[in-house]
Amino acid sequence: MKSIRALIIDDSSVMRKIVERSLRQAGIELTQVFEAGNGAEALGVLKENQVDLILCDINMPVMDGLEFIKQLPGVANAKDVPVVMITTEGSETHVVQALSCGARGYIRKPFTPEQVREQVMPVLGGKP
Amino acid sequence: MKSMNELLAPDNSHKEWVPLMELATREVFEMMLGCKLAAQPEIAVDGSFDITGMVGLAGQMCGVLTVRCTAKSAVLMSSKMLGTEPAAGSQDVLDALGEICNMVAGNFKNKVAGMGDGCMLSVPTVITGNDYSLHSLADSGALEVRLLFESMPIAITLQIHS
Repeated sequence: MKSIRALIIDDSSVMRKIVERSLRQAGIELTQVFEAGNGAEALGVLKENQVDLILCDINMPVMDGLEFIKQLPGVANAKDVPVVMITTEGSETHVVQALSCGARGYIRKPFTPEQVREQVMPVLGGKP
Repeated sequence: MKSMNELLAPDNSHKEWVPLMELATREVFEMMLGCKLAAQPEIAVDGSFDITGMVGLAGQMCGVLTVRCTAKSAVLMSSKMLGTEPAAGSQDVLDALGEICNMVAGNFKNKVAGMGDGCMLSVPTVITGNDYSLHSLADSGALEVRLLFESMPIAITLQIHS
């Protein structure tokens, strides 16, 4: 698996650090990590930068994760980038809603690095 | 005016949720901090907790879930979550406790049948110091779980508004 560029979207800076740490602990090599505090900020980051993977919270101020996914096809260089949701909202309804909006994976908080690997590797074309 | 300890005095309503609160807390610490919590045999109310994380619940279940611990515990929790050595009282320490509280509340409500969709969580709030009073509309007393994190006590309390 080649080294990747990831965008981590969460309104908590601590959670962004934890997600990055978990990716590294899961054995995913990161060339570059971009961060955004909400969906609107993330769309701005994507207009200026190319990434290979997006990890996104659902409940955020300004623009939540589901709205972000809906708007993602409008960003030319990001419309095919896989999105994996990482959220406290763990009900089946939330999972179905996120997947129907275009998310490729779903990780419930709390999570282990192994669970991150299981969800992320397949969307990057690797084995979990 | 009731003190925090009086307001959070244990109550027997919904006591079947206590094991779920304990399980939800243990899972968060095992998965996110890589450590097992020990049982605390004696339930002693004291004033040694000087940092409190709070998350509100609204919807089919209304109330407030708090995680209380010492500042020393909070620094250690933050260190284990982030893999760094944050300074006591730093923003990372406060945010980490807020996130722990948020995950405990979310994990708990997802374990209560029917609450996954029917209950929303607020943004976490963290209070430092122990000389304060908390006023809540909760009217069913409180459920409490006390555990040991690296030999230091932590208290998880749920106040429910019927």
